[in-house]
Amino acid sequence: MRLTGFYALALVAGLLPVLFPGNYFITVVGIAAGLNVILAVGLNLLIGYAGQISLGHAAFFGMGAYASAILTTRYAFPPLLALSAGLISAGLMAWGLARPILRLHGHYLAMATLGFGIIIHVIMVQATGWTGGPDGLTGIPLLVLFGWAVDSDQRWYFVIMATMLLAVWLALNLVDSRIGRALRAVRGSEFGARMMGIDTARAKTQVFVVSALFAAFAGSLFAHQQGFVSPDSFNLSISIDLVIMVVLGGMASTFGAAFGAIALTLLHEGLVVFEDYEMLIHGALLMAVMIFLPQGLFVGLSQGARRGWTLVCRRQ
Amino acid sequence: MFEQIIQFLATGITVGSTYALVGLGFALIYNASDVVNFAQGEFVMLGAMLAIALLTAGWPLPLAAIAATLLTVLAGLLLERFAIEPSAGAPVVSTIIITIGAAIFLRGVALLLWGKDFHSLPPFSGDAPLRLGGATLLPQSLWVLGMTVLLVGLVHGFLNRTLLGKALLACSFNRAAAQLVGINVKVMLRLAYGLSAGLGALAGILIAPITFSSYEAGIMLGLKGFSAAIVGGIGNPMGAVAGGLLLGVLESLSAGLISSGYKDAIAFLFVLMVLFLRPTGLFGHQVAERV
Repeated sequence: MRLTGFYALALVAGLLPVLFPGNYFITVVGIAAGLNVILAVGLNLLIGYAGQISLGHAAFFGMGAYASAILTTRYAFPPLLALSAGLISAGLMAWGLARPILRLHGHYLAMATLGFGIIIHVIMVQATGWTGGPDGLTGIPLLVLFGWAVDSDQRWYFVIMATMLLAVWLALNLVDSRIGRALRAVRGSEFGARMMGIDTARAKTQVFVVSALFAAFAGSLFAHQQGFVSPDSFNLSISIDLVIMVVLGGMASTFGAAFGAIALTLLHEGLVVFEDYEMLIHGALLMAVMIFLPQGLFVGLSQGARRGWTLVCRRQ
Repeated sequence: MFEQIIQFLATGITVGSTYALVGLGFALIYNASDVVNFAQGEFVMLGAMLAIALLTAGWPLPLAAIAATLLTVLAGLLLERFAIEPSAGAPVVSTIIITIGAAIFLRGVALLLWGKDFHSLPPFSGDAPLRLGGATLLPQSLWVLGMTVLLVGLVHGFLNRTLLGKALLACSFNRAAAQLVGINVKVMLRLAYGLSAGLGALAGILIAPITFSSYEAGIMLGLKGFSAAIVGGIGNPMGAVAGGLLLGVLESLSAGLISSGYKDAIAFLFVLMVLFLRPTGLFGHQVAERV
């Protein structure tokens, strides 16, 4: 029962390319959506479950991407080793940062994470010797998994979807574990959680590191999939987009975050046709959703559907 | 070397004054509604761009500046009425996203109206630089400084000397209690948004002759204003002013002495350090946490 949604997601991800074979839109947008789902599901653990905000999460995404890009192009690391290095560096960074930063609350925490994201972005732009500066790095080699080269959009679609499902599965299990319950207690009341014997600082550190790892993993995949990285992919508006995905879908729901990620990806794709009006509509939609469905799209709509269903049942 | 430092200080105080005004706007809105308004930078942009547009349409500068400020105040009031009021009591993240949505929306409006080009205002009283010891000062810097002192003084007097201002402060301490003693909290909210929008617009108009303005100009200014308010201890209006000046000077010194590319990183590193050492800002009250 707990994994029904997971199987449904797997079924949709698997069926889409069968129903629309060779469809460019499905594979390319699917890849972007899948990466965003990994990022949003990871960030949701921090924002939705632990109740902590991060406005700088693109930094961890970028650290994964740049670790892969720099190590494979400049030092000829094999992709999987570079990916591991990215995970380790993002994880260590999150671990070191967690205690001082997660001591902060509310808007102070928002400020600190935002500042962290901007600092990392400035380094990406300025440390040209390492990162290639504003132009970024090109020529990132193909991802080769045990002799299987991921060299087409179709193959990438399967790699990303498989990783996405793994991420969702991990998040679902984490949330239902002892750690997950501790996190929810922290969100409810940090003081109360401490009274119940939960080491809140430890719980918050763990979830911060886990969500950074999700982001760094997505970053490494992104670097190989694009073959190119530049600071623009990891700036403040990306960090904000990630938070929007989590909140738009509905906080504290893994499927809500996944839903929000997919919805925002489609929105960005769809709004391109409006050209100069894109920004205006984007802003207006964000405000409208948050004002009218403060619970988020997924939670708000599913509650609405449930209410509608009981109404229908009662009438019969 | 000494002259150079004087020069950096002068530049820093000028830029810092803008941050101070933007930060003051953050603090006022936060006080009245517990919301951090991420569209604050867009008010700055809107003020500058409207003034430029009206000036090019043939209006005299003072009139254009006043009209631009009033229009931005209107935008602030509309934001409060149609986005903030309906979502009263929403969690912090939701209000952050609503105001970010508003910021994107306003940027979209500016993009449609004025395109992606950079625009500039002519200096209010010529651009013959004044010599000050070994440093040079643009007359516009004096305008920025003078107006900032005036505006901060007015806001300070308003908050501490008038009944309306005290009512606004009362809302920030306890909204329910303020309501009970007969303060119309809704009106206070609108007042705070209007005031912040106006302050933002004036900051934008004052700085427009020095830095260029474009539809995206509000992003960084907004972030620096937010940093100023946070460094000063959010909800402390004069703390925000001090935070803004501090940030401006630090930024200008680090751009001059260390690296102009890293100046934003250094400014935010400073903010992080302040938060790590004093989690509620330099002049924030160490409030007991509500459980």
